Amino acid sequence: MNVASNSTESIYSQTFGSEEPMSERVASLLVCGAAACVAMTFLWLVFDVFWSGLPFLSFDFLVDVPSSAGRRGGIGPILVSTLLILGVCMVVSLPLGLGAALFLSEYTSENTTSSRLVRYSLDILAGVPSIVFGLFGNAFFCIYLGMGFSILSGGLTLACMVLPLLIRSAEEGLRSVPDEYRAGAAALALSHTRALFQIILPSALPGIMVGLVLGLGRAIAETAALIFTSGYVDRFPDSLMDSGRALSIHIYDLSMNVPGGNNNAYASATVLLALLLCINAVANTFAHCWHRNLTAEAST
Amino acid sequence: MSPYRTDRILIGTLRCAAVVSGLIVAVVALFLVSESVPALRQIGPYRFFTDSAWHPAPHSGESTFNLVPMIVGTLTVTAGALALATPLGLGSAMFLRFYAPPKLGVIYRKIIELLAGIPSVVFGFWGLVTIVPLINSIHAPGASLLAGICILAIMILPTVALVSDAAFEVVPKEYVKGAAALGLSRWATIRGVVIPSAKSGLFTAIILQTGRALGETMAVLMVCGNVVQVPKSVFEPVRTLTANIALEMAYALDPHRSALFVSGLLLLTLVAGLVLLADVLSRRYECSQ
Repeated sequence: MNVASNSTESIYSQTFGSEEPMSERVASLLVCGAAACVAMTFLWLVFDVFWSGLPFLSFDFLVDVPSSAGRRGGIGPILVSTLLILGVCMVVSLPLGLGAALFLSEYTSENTTSSRLVRYSLDILAGVPSIVFGLFGNAFFCIYLGMGFSILSGGLTLACMVLPLLIRSAEEGLRSVPDEYRAGAAALALSHTRALFQIILPSALPGIMVGLVLGLGRAIAETAALIFTSGYVDRFPDSLMDSGRALSIHIYDLSMNVPGGNNNAYASATVLLALLLCINAVANTFAHCWHRNLTAEAST
Repeated sequence: MSPYRTDRILIGTLRCAAVVSGLIVAVVALFLVSESVPALRQIGPYRFFTDSAWHPAPHSGESTFNLVPMIVGTLTVTAGALALATPLGLGSAMFLRFYAPPKLGVIYRKIIELLAGIPSVVFGFWGLVTIVPLINSIHAPGASLLAGICILAIMILPTVALVSDAAFEVVPKEYVKGAAALGLSRWATIRGVVIPSAKSGLFTAIILQTGRALGETMAVLMVCGNVVQVPKSVFEPVRTLTANIALEMAYALDPHRSALFVSGLLLLTLVAGLVLLADVLSRRYECSQ
């Protein structure tokens, strides 16, 4: 999903030849029908979740402790655990991903064997199913490194998962920095470090932020990778070594394992969808101002 | 070599970050293999296909480890979802680029992007409370292969649409203008000019989505019914490899646990194979250009 390239330059306005034959009308009907189907399904899903979830949503729901396995009460501790897991994930993956992206796009050429190998392995990493990350996180972080079922293991597992996405968007942001800037920095005999922190990073910032926000969205939506790493415990966590239940796991548990949990599952799904819509809006804003900067750059 | 010491430190650090990021996939593979080895030694690769059933931890008698029903489940759900999502996704991309008036196109693209961002657990939950009862009213029990196919198709469809749209975008504008100059109609242009020249991009889109569908867990876990059997019709419940891991990992002890890692390794191999295939295809296409 590439938020940055919003150039929907439709060829609609293009004048085509005669649209008489039957096959032409059938094709138009099928294409528009497919589009209508997809749009209807999306609206059905979103309205259904919000319609059934909003009546159960209140401030108390957001801060209360769940009771009776989540049938009653709220999602306070679950929101806290979710935020902690996301925090761990971002604190680890952001510097690592940014560093890797900087190395790949600024300090090595694309054709060296090492950069090609790194890219290959990142491509494969991006395709690894989330349940496989769950297995890996359980074997590596929980058992091999002895972290047990904890927010830390969950966050680290998610960090591995969002890394390829972060690197790719950061690279895209860095590629949009005009080469004149680098040449200018070199002409002023700036050290790489100063050029990086004072010129390249600031101008690539919006692109990097888009990546960060997309990574956040991917991490908050994740369930399968967290089941065997951060666990199910729905108390307020005392530390990062405590097990904590993420919002998505709460929805899964309420709808599958708790009879009569559907109302709270709807309300939690509403919260999750609302969070994701916010994240998406933020990403779009960044992408938008980045796009505007670029076009302003081009016109001067 | 840069004269600044800070530069050497900086580049060293960045190189470390790149190497660590690149090594993660190797560590993932290493741990999956090392956890799978006990099962592959004790049980052997053949018993996963020839055993009588999947009873990894029975109360009495010998454990049996037949993965075939789960593999069939995964493959049928994936194939069904692809058969449904490919035409709808392609249609959406064509609508976006060739049929929609500009304003509608922008709105439709937003819808597709938002659909792509909805969490799989929300798809699963929605499927469980709306699609499953709907199918149940046609043919019990509702939680079935068909429900899995529908939900999975809705999930992979937006990405099929976005990647195909990107493939249409790189078709040179001159081709379309040339086709129009020849008096070709809209559909004739799409079928005769756009699709042939975007073919490799479309193939890549479908291959990558196959990988995504194979590995999807939560949505299929929630709507497929999870009975270990080879389905005889689309209305029967199935269990996929991923759902099997998610359901049994919590209480699995060796060699059961190790057997679950074998199925994880199988998934990883399949997906890695698909990624490499997509890469080879797009590279061969670039060469031929």
